[in-house]
Amino acid sequence: MKARIHITLKQGVLDPQGKAISHALEALGFSGVDGVRQGKYIEIDLQEDDGEAARASVDAMCAKLLANTVIEDYSIEIES
Amino acid sequence: MSGQATQTATPAEITPELVASHGLSEDEYARVLEILGREPNLTELGIFSVMWSEHCSYKSSKKWLKTLPTEAPWVICGPGENAGIIDIGEGLAAVFKMESHNHPSFIEPYQGAATGVGGILRDVFTMGARPVANLNALRFGAPDHPKTRHLVAGVVAGIGGYGNCMGIPTVGGECQFDPSYNGNILVNAMTVGLADRDRIFYSAATGVGNPVVYVGSKTGRDGIHGATMASAEFDEETDAKRPTVQVGDPFTEKLLLEACLELMAGDAIIAIQDMGAAGLTCSTFEMADKGGTGIEMDLDQVPIREPGMSAYEIMLSESQERMVMVLKPGREDEARAVFEKWELDFSVVGHLTDSGRMVLKQGGAVVADLPIAPLAEASPEYDRPWQPTPKPEPLAAADIDSPITDNEALLRLLASPELCAKSWIWEQYDHMVMGDTVERPGGDAGVVRIHGSNRGLAVTSDCSPRYCYADPRIGGAQAVAEAWRNLTAAGARPLAITDCMNFGNPERPEIMGQFVGCIEGMGAACRALDFPVVSGNVSFYNETNGEGILPTPAIGGVGVIDDLSRRMTPSFKAAGEAILLVGDTTGHLGATAWLREIANRRDGAPPAMDLETERGNGDFTRGLIEEGLVTACHDVASGGIAVALAEMAISGGLGATISMPENGGIPAHGWLFAEDQGRYLLTAPDPDPVMASAQKAGIAVTHMGETAGDLLTVGDSIAISVAELERAHQSWLPEFMAAPDENLDET
Amino acid sequence: MKAAVIVFPGSNCDRDVAVALEQSMGHAPDMVWHRDTHLGAYDLIVVPGGFSYGDYLRSGAIAAHSPVMREVAGRAKDGTPVLGICNGFQILIETGLLPGALMRNASLKFICRDVLLRVETSTSPFTGAYDKGDVLRIPIAHHDGNYFADDATLDRLESEDRVALRYCDQQGKLTPEANPNGSARSIAGILNEGRNVLGLMPHPERLADALLGGNDGRAMFDGLVEACAA
Repeated sequence: MKARIHITLKQGVLDPQGKAISHALEALGFSGVDGVRQGKYIEIDLQEDDGEAARASVDAMCAKLLANTVIEDYSIEIES
Repeated sequence: MSGQATQTATPAEITPELVASHGLSEDEYARVLEILGREPNLTELGIFSVMWSEHCSYKSSKKWLKTLPTEAPWVICGPGENAGIIDIGEGLAAVFKMESHNHPSFIEPYQGAATGVGGILRDVFTMGARPVANLNALRFGAPDHPKTRHLVAGVVAGIGGYGNCMGIPTVGGECQFDPSYNGNILVNAMTVGLADRDRIFYSAATGVGNPVVYVGSKTGRDGIHGATMASAEFDEETDAKRPTVQVGDPFTEKLLLEACLELMAGDAIIAIQDMGAAGLTCSTFEMADKGGTGIEMDLDQVPIREPGMSAYEIMLSESQERMVMVLKPGREDEARAVFEKWELDFSVVGHLTDSGRMVLKQGGAVVADLPIAPLAEASPEYDRPWQPTPKPEPLAAADIDSPITDNEALLRLLASPELCAKSWIWEQYDHMVMGDTVERPGGDAGVVRIHGSNRGLAVTSDCSPRYCYADPRIGGAQAVAEAWRNLTAAGARPLAITDCMNFGNPERPEIMGQFVGCIEGMGAACRALDFPVVSGNVSFYNETNGEGILPTPAIGGVGVIDDLSRRMTPSFKAAGEAILLVGDTTGHLGATAWLREIANRRDGAPPAMDLETERGNGDFTRGLIEEGLVTACHDVASGGIAVALAEMAISGGLGATISMPENGGIPAHGWLFAEDQGRYLLTAPDPDPVMASAQKAGIAVTHMGETAGDLLTVGDSIAISVAELERAHQSWLPEFMAAPDENLDET
Repeated sequence: MKAAVIVFPGSNCDRDVAVALEQSMGHAPDMVWHRDTHLGAYDLIVVPGGFSYGDYLRSGAIAAHSPVMREVAGRAKDGTPVLGICNGFQILIETGLLPGALMRNASLKFICRDVLLRVETSTSPFTGAYDKGDVLRIPIAHHDGNYFADDATLDRLESEDRVALRYCDQQGKLTPEANPNGSARSIAGILNEGRNVLGLMPHPERLADALLGGNDGRAMFDGLVEACAA
């Protein structure tokens, strides 16, 4: 199975890189951008066959290492 | 490309187009056929192509490089190895080199610059030296060119990203802007390392049967044909070649550095070479050629990052952070333990033979079988036609009126792209890590303490391309002299240089003429100053759509300070000290910063170089510093006396009162901004012993004024507060870089 | 006095801090490799600066999970002084020994230069040799030094006198211009509840030798030697 993980800064945490991207988009003439949040994307190939077990295992990985839950949120998609 | 894995079963047809696409001329291919006595297969063609590329073979420059002086009693190893080596006393050697990474940095500035730093660091630690200082000489296009800001930001971030992570301080460098670099920026990186004089490692592979070992990162498909790319002109379609740029991994390189130095503390290694341009091919051929041996390699043992890589890809990959070693027999396990401790790949990939041939196997079959010496030594050497650069008409200061007041001119020069403070750049580099940085960037030379001693290494990089363009011979000599002068001003004994020769297309006689002129001038200066060349690099084809860059022979100089308490800096130290000028001022304004920035002209001959006077003035100045007679020293360079005084005032936070001398017909702006060579500004608490010593030595020294207050005044021409000078000096680069970029879409 | 400097793959200020410690202690500290699962008895443990594991994923995140850090965390709980400098601070935060997070500098750039720091408390083994209100000149060199914590945490740090150092100007005032990286409430260094763990972004070991341009960092190491002797 494959796990796709998106890690972004929590709402309310300042995201200077997102802000810089937002400014750049504005400078390029893209109007109507209200806000930009940037983050990380991680793909993990798993031996696990069971979707729920895979999710639980990846959730633990995120909590323990992949995300810093003080400032980051994460979301997990599992694909068989 | 993965289809090529089967090439030995179904050989790719070697067509004239395929040969041409590998950058080999018809003559060169005829020589390939002669050497082999048969047609090469694709892997073999690829190997010839990279070995004979300009980048690896120096085929256009060899004839001229040989004319440079490379010897002195303190030179341990001159050009030809990974880096040059000089004896710096007390059992230590300094190992250093400068190298270009111009083309990759233009295509992908962050990764191009980062891998440039990585490559030069490997060149130095391959020889057993711990890198202790980095420098970089950067040249960008016009500030108003749409790509410039993006390139500056990316290159600076890339250099910092790599060097900072490695933990090697970046203590010096230069940064200039000129429209001739619009399509070809220059990123020249220099590393200086320290080694025990009797524990230096070379690349000659000797001892038939000895194991050949691969260490470091795995081999991927990156940078295939980087060496041939660095030997071709750019055109509008270069952007399509992007995927060939390699990505740097400074963390792995840090591990490789520590692992190599750990293994080098013992005696298991016979030869070692880093994989730089043209990767495994260049490194193994050079090692075998130098040792007069053959190599048999099993490519199945090469650690690879992606499955299905062909022999062609493995041999030509430019994946970074890799090394080849030849070990003493039976020492594999000891070496493996060190590399595994550092979590690096380690693989015995072959052994040395007495066949004089490179035999490569994959899947049990021979996929290439090439004679080593003919391929390495029969690489082409060209005596390219060259045409001397016409001498420009000299310009007399009296013939050029200043369009603005000297006050305004000084402020404008201090805020010009060439002369402004570059702290926006070097504050993004860790310049203090390793805990030995005695003089940070921004002065005449960076100074690092030799760890655990009271001695120091002074390092600098210099070149004035506008002089080289006007008169390559003078420009070449001046670049060497300026490096020597900067080391002298820091109180160091200048010992040797490395060079990074950046030029346009050598197939054009006028470009080749610039190269020849610069080499001649450099050679003359090196001889006059006892300042030999111990390593170097040539980068040709820096041109876009037929427009070449200004000829840019960047010079990296290294010197030693025997007692760090006697080192010197440019800053004014105390009020009431005498300000003295060493050297003559004729008011030379041709090809100067003033002419370009203030008069908006680029004509005229560059200032004359009198190498005997240069040597005399420098040796005299160094003597004063050693005797402790002076408290500040700064060489007079771009922007002349006025800019040099301003820099001394800014860094000391102290003003000066200078009286304009009787000028014998030189107009004030000539005296203030002339770039006459071989000059130094000094401060001395007591000028009398300096003047007496000057008279005795027959050196021209003028007492010009005193340090005082918070205003810099020069006769009736200049009166500016130090705070205003500093504002002008500091303002340009941060403001330029902070301006919104409207052209992101064009990059 | 026995001190340990923890060395991770990618640490690069380990030697620098060892030199500063040796200067103050009179003998060299032990260099302890990250894979060591058993840590001997030490009076001081230093987690040095650098780019442990390349700072890939997040600064300090991977090092925080190395075997030796479990030992370090245990010692910290038992009261052994633990000093984390720069990447060491990032690691201590990722280990959970100190609260908050260190984010990308507000300028988004790596910054290496001297900054001014105001000593906020002298009640710790690290800052005991300084007086509260002293202004120190110490360099920073980092990309991710922008201290972040929620307001409740910040309030608590302040009320418990656990902010050790703040970025300030020549007069000791906290201004946005004097804050080099955007840190919340200008925080440059914090203590744990037990006051035996200090994490700070600036590098005191880099200006602990007059030849290098300053000496303000030296008192931190001299003070530690004194505190450990007491």
